[in-house]
Amino acid sequence: MDRVLKVRNLSKRYSKGCPVCYLKTGPDFDSNICPDCGSVVAAHDVSFDLYAGEILGIMGESGSGKSTAVKCLYFDQEPTGGTATFYDQGEAFKLFELNKAEQRRLVNQRFGMVYQNPHQGLNFEISAGGNIAERLLMSDVDNYDRIRQRAVSLLTRTEVLPERMDEMPKNFSGGMQQRVQIAKSLATNPPLLFLDEVTTGLDLSVQAAILDLILEIQQQSHTAMIVVTHDLGVIRLLADRTLVMKYGRVIETGLTDQILEDPQHAYTQRLVASAL
Amino acid sequence: MILAQQFGFLDEYAKKEIRRTSLKAVAIPGYQVPYSSREMPMGRGFGTGGLQLTLALIGAGEVLKVIDQGSDDSVNAVNLRSFIEMTCPGVGTTRVTGEADLIQSRHRIPEKPLREDQLLVLQVPYPDPLVVVEASEEKRKQLHGEADYSRLLVKLYEDIVKFDEITISHRYPTRINDHYVIDPSPIPRWDVPKLHMSKALVLLGAGREKKIYAVPPYTKAEPLAFEDKPFRVEAFLDEQGRRRACARCGCDNSFLDEYVDSNSGEQVYRCSDADWCDEQLARQTAAEVIYG
Repeated sequence: MDRVLKVRNLSKRYSKGCPVCYLKTGPDFDSNICPDCGSVVAAHDVSFDLYAGEILGIMGESGSGKSTAVKCLYFDQEPTGGTATFYDQGEAFKLFELNKAEQRRLVNQRFGMVYQNPHQGLNFEISAGGNIAERLLMSDVDNYDRIRQRAVSLLTRTEVLPERMDEMPKNFSGGMQQRVQIAKSLATNPPLLFLDEVTTGLDLSVQAAILDLILEIQQQSHTAMIVVTHDLGVIRLLADRTLVMKYGRVIETGLTDQILEDPQHAYTQRLVASAL
Repeated sequence: MILAQQFGFLDEYAKKEIRRTSLKAVAIPGYQVPYSSREMPMGRGFGTGGLQLTLALIGAGEVLKVIDQGSDDSVNAVNLRSFIEMTCPGVGTTRVTGEADLIQSRHRIPEKPLREDQLLVLQVPYPDPLVVVEASEEKRKQLHGEADYSRLLVKLYEDIVKFDEITISHRYPTRINDHYVIDPSPIPRWDVPKLHMSKALVLLGAGREKKIYAVPPYTKAEPLAFEDKPFRVEAFLDEQGRRRACARCGCDNSFLDEYVDSNSGEQVYRCSDADWCDEQLARQTAAEVIYG
């Protein structure tokens, strides 16, 4: 299988830190705040591989560092240490060594991001179609009719009525906004998609429909995805493999079935037990 | 009594800085070069950017033309011209485009094609075309640096969706030399093509925003548009779809201003460029004399 992403020893620490930050934080200490210097170790030593067409789940409670890890990969935040390599069209990109322009090119054209809050992923000042157009225009498509056609096909695929593409996203329901956001993230056919708590805050039937859509996209387009969530149901349904994080560390990793049926770490056991 | 004062009102250091800034602007076509815009004896927003450029660049023996909305007799033009006459002894003034060495203008580029030895200074209220889509100047600078104007194109896209055409009437975002997009000051769409491969150097000065930028001679200036929705200039068609002509000189290939005749209440169209209109009229009169 083709590797899409290789992450090794990714760390993110807020404020300056001291030599013992990483030694005195983590699940063994029940804290991610260094007792000596007060720095927050949001994520440390996160390593994983992601292959084409695979969905990797990152699970953990609030503050466990799962979003931080993904934000570093999406260049929303700058990591303190570690490496990440993105393999695309025969080239390997060392993500944290790229300059800003190269980073933005990847974000605009090769990565997709779907946020929990549609306000983060969509521009509410412009129409749903305009949002999709924005991403296409960033990747140098400058033909109006082609942009319109692409927007129609994306919205149809994400089950938003194309007749509503010229409406403002604020007129849409939460589920619809999320669908538009997914359509926007797919505009450039990215090989890698980040999904950050995409179903949180939606009602159950809408959640199910969105999850269905994500699975469909994965199967049709063979897009590799990283799904960040605290919801075991989402993990069970979507993820092939899962990372469990706590206090900034990966405490367990394996096939999703394995983790849910036979959790090894005490925290994962508690998490799985509480969900059932 | 006028006391002995510095030629061109500004001190030599200020003029030197403006000239240096202008050189940098020419060297990086379309890039907004910051400069320390000086206090002028008029409010910012009244053309102080253009005025400072003119004062720093003009010398005794040269001839100046000042235009406001195509006319040499509008308040802004008259006041700027008399200020420059007062502070730059030895500088001549003219209304005739062809006679001027330096033309300072607001809202229009003369209809008569400019020559290589002429210089056009435009007064700019808002130099940054990205200001409508991005509030932070830091981010705008990044976008300019990477020539990422997708958000401006989204605005054009939304225009076409809503109105079936691009509705920007003036300050049309224009890409210079394949990189920087400029706000070409409030000139109408009609004047934008005149920037493309212009023979004259065009300098744009924004006094309030403290920026100077340039469209150097023989440089590409391409208005933003879509491949299949090209940029268009004003058509000036009447109800029958015919090109309107100037009511005074009959010219049908100039930018027209619309007036309402105070007696008949009818709409009247006239050349916006007063000197162009005079020239057309004079040519006709001459032709009548010759051919009777």
